[in-house]
Amino acid sequence: MKRTTLMLAVGTLAAAGFTGQAWAQVKEQFVPASFYWVGPYAPGGSGIAGGMLDYFKMLNTRDGGINGVKLTWEKCETEYNNARGVECYERLKKKGPTGATLIHPLSTGITYSLIEKGTTDKIPIVSVGYGRTDAADGRVFPYIFPIITTYWSQNTAKIKFMGQKMGGMDKLKGAKIVNLYHGSAYGKETIPVLDAQAKQYGFQVTHIEVSHPGNEQQAQWLQIRQIKPDWVILRGWGVMNPTALKAAQRAGYPREKIIGVWWSGAEEDVIPAGDAAKGYIAAGFNVSGSNYPVVQDIQKHVYAKGQGEMEDKSRVGSIYYNRGVVFGMITTEAVRKAQERYGKGQPMTGEQVRWGLENLNMDEAYLKNLGATGFMQPLKMSCADHEGGGQVKFQQWDGKQWKVISDWISSDQKLVRPMIEASAAQYAKEKGITPRDCSKEK
Amino acid sequence: MNVAFFFEVLIGGLLAGVMYSLVALGFVLIYKASGVFNFAQGAMVFFAALTFISLVERGLNFWLALVVTLAVMVVLGIAIEKVVLRPLVNQPPITLFMATIGLTFVLEGLSQLVWGSQPHGLELGIQDVPMEWLSQSTGINISQFDIFAAGVAGLLVAVLALFFQYTRIGRALRAVADDHQAALSVGIPLKHIWAIVWSVAGFVALVAGLMWGARNGVQYALTFIALKALPVLILGGFESVLGAIVGGLIIGASEKLAEVYIGPMVGGGIESWFAYVVALLFLLVRPQGLFGEKIIDRV
Repeated sequence: MKRTTLMLAVGTLAAAGFTGQAWAQVKEQFVPASFYWVGPYAPGGSGIAGGMLDYFKMLNTRDGGINGVKLTWEKCETEYNNARGVECYERLKKKGPTGATLIHPLSTGITYSLIEKGTTDKIPIVSVGYGRTDAADGRVFPYIFPIITTYWSQNTAKIKFMGQKMGGMDKLKGAKIVNLYHGSAYGKETIPVLDAQAKQYGFQVTHIEVSHPGNEQQAQWLQIRQIKPDWVILRGWGVMNPTALKAAQRAGYPREKIIGVWWSGAEEDVIPAGDAAKGYIAAGFNVSGSNYPVVQDIQKHVYAKGQGEMEDKSRVGSIYYNRGVVFGMITTEAVRKAQERYGKGQPMTGEQVRWGLENLNMDEAYLKNLGATGFMQPLKMSCADHEGGGQVKFQQWDGKQWKVISDWISSDQKLVRPMIEASAAQYAKEKGITPRDCSKEK
Repeated sequence: MNVAFFFEVLIGGLLAGVMYSLVALGFVLIYKASGVFNFAQGAMVFFAALTFISLVERGLNFWLALVVTLAVMVVLGIAIEKVVLRPLVNQPPITLFMATIGLTFVLEGLSQLVWGSQPHGLELGIQDVPMEWLSQSTGINISQFDIFAAGVAGLLVAVLALFFQYTRIGRALRAVADDHQAALSVGIPLKHIWAIVWSVAGFVALVAGLMWGARNGVQYALTFIALKALPVLILGGFESVLGAIVGGLIIGASEKLAEVYIGPMVGGGIESWFAYVVALLFLLVRPQGLFGEKIIDRV
């Protein structure tokens, strides 16, 4: 009996030793796929998840991964729920040979919940086009990356677009703008910057809240009809978007005067509204379409082999799907950048990937090499600047598809950056954080 | 105060209330016949609307899709009776209520598993635009779709009233609603009655799903409209068809007036919970709701 126990113990130890050794040699880069495929926000979650995972599959098939390191992932359903999002993070953060590469929470609420956890665990929390705006100050938020364009930046670009349409920024003086927002942390995020811009340009802004989920907006649109605004900013999510467009039609408000945030500007936001959506304009940090080399490579290396994530293949090339491809490109290029410094062909830790993100420089030539010219804006990140982009394109729904109607419009960083730094400094003070000295970071 | 605007808000609120009543009716039917508060009514609305539009998008003719969806809802009603309710006969009401909560999640998951989670547009041929003649003559915008929805709700109530009052099954339903044991003792088959009432509730869910789906698109958020029906039920009473209608009108009008006239003073976004304030106030005065049956326990 004793002999059997001893042999079992020796066997177990040997197996554990072998597994540990083999694990260390596994050339895999693990990325948590913490998204939502069911529930009210599933159209956005499933599209973005599909785009990102298909991009990983394409890289694994076409290039053998990143310098030979294969991408792996595990799905976790958050249902856009903070508690579930944190649970997914905790479950997946130690998976893979080096733990989680980074995580895309795909929810401003979940991002807020992970700020301190990610910083403690040294896992980058990447919120592409959403999340906490002042986290763009990387000196205070070393592991939080609201990449591409923050909500505040996006709003300044919207005001610039309105100014252009009115014939100059001076024409905004005396104009009326309604900010129709989702009653959530995400919805309220842009109130301060809009108030600051109202003072700067002399327009009048009225903030009108729509209760979650936003499937009833008659009262709000009656108020809008009373105000007779020059523009309405639609800061919606999910069912709130088509409901707003339908209610605007009922109130007789022209859709050409409604400018949506990019979470209100996908096919899923306008198709349910039918004809009521025609003429509606929305911001975007990526465009739709499948005629980009990067999407065509996904079709060739993934869908042609029947391995695509999307059951409905017509969604490949849609706004949300392509946004997921952008998520995928940022993730993998950050790993590639980190490998340049910490070891080509090796799996990277979260801390190393943070360096990769902070040194990412995806200029036009870089994007061309990825097959993504015009697909997304160029990005240049740094230790202090975790936003990196700051531009917005505007697109209009013609009843069948989104048509790009502007070039990349720059945000007003003169206004936004000081607000970000002031807000981040306040956060640092409250939490007792000493901001990093970026001049000493290599 | 702009009087025309006030009336526009009021009329719009009343018409929105009719839309809530459409959902509340499904709750009332099941509660009347079985004493079960069917938490799954919102999920049934979603399931019905999603099934219908998915069939239409796969090439079925509108009317054929309607018939097939109705058949699906009847089968669903029978299945619920057999699988969920029958094994729980004589269990406390809270057990049946919990069963319907479970049913909600099953239906929501099943709908998305079978038909996917993408939102769909639904056109019923009635444009959701203001009636121009009214707009031009009074300055008040009332959507022709809202008037159509009110007509559908009125027709539905009339059909249900006739069904309950003048058909044999309707009388049996009322008997079961009054007293299960007494109904059983005179030979009314309880299980058949429950299957019928769940099927009728499925039909009501389909009508509500079509109306709400045409207004906001067919998507998961349809399940949330059940939350709009709750204050209507608290106010109108759980057993009264008339209560569902009157309750809907009061809730619709009061929440819209509150959002427009009180909302701006307190930061807005109050209509979702203001409806419950109104319902709770009624509850304090009349616990059984406006048209609910007064319960007198002799001790």
